[in-house]
Amino acid sequence: MLKKLALSAALVLTTGGAVLAAGGGHTEDIAFSFEGPFGKYDPVQLQRGLKVYTEVCAACHGLKYVPIRTLADPGGPGYTEDEVRAYAAANIEVYDPDLEDTRPAKPADHFPPSNDPNAPDLSLMAKARAGFSGPQGTGINQLLRGIGGPEHIYSILTGYTGEEKEVAGTVFYENTAFSTGWISMPPPLFGEDVEFDDGAPNDLHSEAEDVAAFLMWAAEPKMMARKQAGFMAVLMLSLLSVLLYLTNKKLWYPIKHRGKQANL
Amino acid sequence: MSGIPHDHYEPKTGFEKWLHERLPIVALAYDTLMIPTPKNLNWWWIWGIVLAFALVLQIVTGVILVMHYVPHVDLAFASVEHIMRNVNGGHMLRYIHANGASLFFLAVYIHIFRGLFYGSYKAPREVTWIIGMLIYLAMMATGFLGYVLPWGQMSFWGATVITGLFGAIPFIGDSLQAWLLGGPAVDQAALNRFFSLHYLLPFVIAALVAVHIWAFHTTGNNNPAGVEVRRGSKAEAEKDTLPFWPYFVIKDLFALAVILVIFFAVVGFMPNYLGHPDNYIEANPLATPAHIVPEWYFLPFYAILRAFTADVWVVQAASFLTGGIIDAKFFGVIAMFGAIIVMALVPWLDTSRVRSGKYRPMFKWWFRLLVIDFLVLMWAGAMPAEPPYSDIALIGSAYWFAYFLVILPILGVIEKPKPMPATIEEDFVAQYPDAAE
Repeated sequence: MLKKLALSAALVLTTGGAVLAAGGGHTEDIAFSFEGPFGKYDPVQLQRGLKVYTEVCAACHGLKYVPIRTLADPGGPGYTEDEVRAYAAANIEVYDPDLEDTRPAKPADHFPPSNDPNAPDLSLMAKARAGFSGPQGTGINQLLRGIGGPEHIYSILTGYTGEEKEVAGTVFYENTAFSTGWISMPPPLFGEDVEFDDGAPNDLHSEAEDVAAFLMWAAEPKMMARKQAGFMAVLMLSLLSVLLYLTNKKLWYPIKHRGKQANL
Repeated sequence: MSGIPHDHYEPKTGFEKWLHERLPIVALAYDTLMIPTPKNLNWWWIWGIVLAFALVLQIVTGVILVMHYVPHVDLAFASVEHIMRNVNGGHMLRYIHANGASLFFLAVYIHIFRGLFYGSYKAPREVTWIIGMLIYLAMMATGFLGYVLPWGQMSFWGATVITGLFGAIPFIGDSLQAWLLGGPAVDQAALNRFFSLHYLLPFVIAALVAVHIWAFHTTGNNNPAGVEVRRGSKAEAEKDTLPFWPYFVIKDLFALAVILVIFFAVVGFMPNYLGHPDNYIEANPLATPAHIVPEWYFLPFYAILRAFTADVWVVQAASFLTGGIIDAKFFGVIAMFGAIIVMALVPWLDTSRVRSGKYRPMFKWWFRLLVIDFLVLMWAGAMPAEPPYSDIALIGSAYWFAYFLVILPILGVIEKPKPMPATIEEDFVAQYPDAAE
């Protein structure tokens, strides 16, 4: 099935309309902690997701737009700078043009790009795919549920049926979440692929949820700062609206009641 | 046309007199701010301030974004991510700028439809209307150019489709398209010039806005009753008007604050709602997106562009009469620009001498249908170009042209207007009985 595009005409006057691409495949709705105006990332979940990414996804995929140091930024996985330094040195090799060789990564480096040229970079994947088109394709539920990108990632990771087919030398795997129904990525997760330090469950669904949350953070690392700024702006402007409403009412009162005042 | 009689600035202190003789700038500011404004203006008249605010917002955020953006095909996408991740407050600046464009267009559409309903385009305000249409065209160009700059998939393919429209012009099309792009396809040369023009055009818009304001400050504002301010004497004019400051400035600022609450809720909580997910994929000339869809504010005209396919009889007739020079693609381009041109010519197409739609019982319904038509076209523009959407788009396009070219000219002749208030004061008192002196 091809991507469908939908637009709400009814919404145009209230929010300016909506254009939203939705994956043709089936997207499972997950109640992520970071949804809605007050939603926050769960640092422990992001750490688990990073572990899944590092031990599984990073074999093929990259995160080239994400600086490693941002793992210690506020509103993220919440590592200390020392932990980030240790993580980078232990897990990531980067190519250094000055050395003309690879070396262990430092926090100032970015995550490396994809190893496999066919594997897309995952830095922005959670924003480059929309899971939901909302009622009548309006996407209005984004306010509460987000764009559905991490849900799409979760659904891809858990959507394999086990069927395979070969087309022109390439193997495709049936996946209920993928737009065409057949994806060229072999199933990356089976459950119990990683051992979490906090002893959290590592079944397929938990792993998929954790790495989807991590990739949402990778795509939108300033989400919590943005929501906070948005909340402050809404609060302050609401207050200003009330004050301006009262000012306006008082200002116009004598104009609208000129006759009565004259008779008093 | 002489202006509405009102108090003028009188320099008092020695310095004021000294400056006034050399540069009457304080007088200009005073007369602009204290302009007599019809006191019956309703809430549809607040969008001008929203538009002025949106222009300033876009210029201020845009100038800062430019400090960090790199107009290079290999670096543009990464520089936008740099803004989103590393620049202090960069994520807010970019989201405000991207959603600011939507606020700008929402405001301009409401502003335009307000003008269409209350007959703001009619004599003596035709020049104000024409300048407004030029501003709208410049806005569309700026919005399109700006959407190309992040160099995502929709940026690239949108630019390819839109510049392809010029390629549809017979004989000169291909050369014209190559000249616009600086090469055979959307590439570095195109990105550089789009960047340059995206920075230039807002200042052209600012200049046009100044002329737009100058024009309606000369004729005076239109108003919901559509009757002119009495200009016989200052005392008479004062019965119909109030100075812009403070009465309308405070009213407009209140409305602006309410609109900004919604705006910042969108920016803060759903900043990608109006964007397309594909634009978070870097431009790839080798991979075409499944559906190329423009931003929401172009959709009505995009629907008109796509509505005229080769199987429509008017297209076939045009093709036959011109010996095939006008094909379906070129017809679509003509229709799209024509849809804006008929709107720009509305001062001369509307034959009714009654300005305000409030007193035109038949016009009211046709106008409501036009608003619905606009929204339907917007929806159809987002849908795939296949039945039933293509048929809906064709009917919608036909109504758009019929409204301006057939309905408005005829209505002015056959319609019997309802009684109108003689003065603005009368209209105001009808609304606020306590205001009667």
